[in-house]
Amino acid sequence: MNTPAPGARLDLAGILVGIRRMAPLSLFVVIFGLAFGVAALSRGLSGLEAMLMSALVFAGASQFAALELWGPEIPLLPLIATTFAINARHLLMGAAIQPWLAHLPPGQRYGSLVLMSDSNWAMAVADRQRGETNVGMLVGGGIALWLTWLLGTLLGVIFGSGITEPERFGLDVIMGCFLLAMLVGGRRDLSMLVPWGAAALAALAAMAWLPPHSHVIVGALAGGLAGLLLPARPTQEAIA
Amino acid sequence: MSLPSTAMGALAAIAIMALVTYLTRAGGVFVMSRVPIGPKVERFINAMAGSVLVAVITPMAVQGDWGARLALVATLGVMLTTQKALAAIAAGIVTAALWRLWL
Repeated sequence: MNTPAPGARLDLAGILVGIRRMAPLSLFVVIFGLAFGVAALSRGLSGLEAMLMSALVFAGASQFAALELWGPEIPLLPLIATTFAINARHLLMGAAIQPWLAHLPPGQRYGSLVLMSDSNWAMAVADRQRGETNVGMLVGGGIALWLTWLLGTLLGVIFGSGITEPERFGLDVIMGCFLLAMLVGGRRDLSMLVPWGAAALAALAAMAWLPPHSHVIVGALAGGLAGLLLPARPTQEAIA
Repeated sequence: MSLPSTAMGALAAIAIMALVTYLTRAGGVFVMSRVPIGPKVERFINAMAGSVLVAVITPMAVQGDWGARLALVATLGVMLTTQKALAAIAAGIVTAALWRLWL
């Protein structure tokens, strides 16, 4: 499987360059990880569970949202649906770089995707548009993000275990504030207010009349359907 | 259907989340290599991405105390003016802490 295909390749040197280029940005990830560790403990996860979730799931927003569902019982279907809906953007990200990754052997292709996250994907897309054939940015950048996300979670777990009343210090609002910052910090597009409004109304209605925890699924679907009603935007490729 | 949040239950929940997340990471590449993803599907996913966050946040604002509500307002305000996520989250935490300190 070692035939170097033209168009894209993956090697150690490229991965190391990717790690180095992501290093400055990934320092911020430590702080987000810290916030997640603190929030996870305040929702009743053990330190080990918080670390495992960061290591295996490695997707901040969906991890914060999962905490919201955590209780004496963890509702399975809402957990799956919420995780899928929040991470569904990965489908589009993967689709965008598929023609590039198609040059790699399947093992490398699907292995690299384990590490695909927003910022290393964005930098890899920029590389590709410059004609770069080395996929190292995706993998190396992902490694840097993964390590710092894990380090941050560990610091949060250590820090959080010393706090007995997280509400007093406002630490219970981390989840909501994090998710809101992600929502507003994404693409600036006022037309998104239509699906978001639909999602808010549908979620409130589901909370009033449907079984507990169904509001996330109902809101996500309502928002997605409302998005279909919007006029098609003029084609703009790869804005992110 | 739900899992108990015992060690095994939590572990299973984490494993399921990890699997679902990997399927989203690999799924786009897998599907695209067979059928191209059309503009309608793209619009649905784009609108759903933010909507699910809205659906998670809305109950926090509705059911939370004023500390939590004002924290969200502070985060929104700082985010809209500075675009700095860390500053926005910090503003939210400080707002909630100060509100609860005084009441």
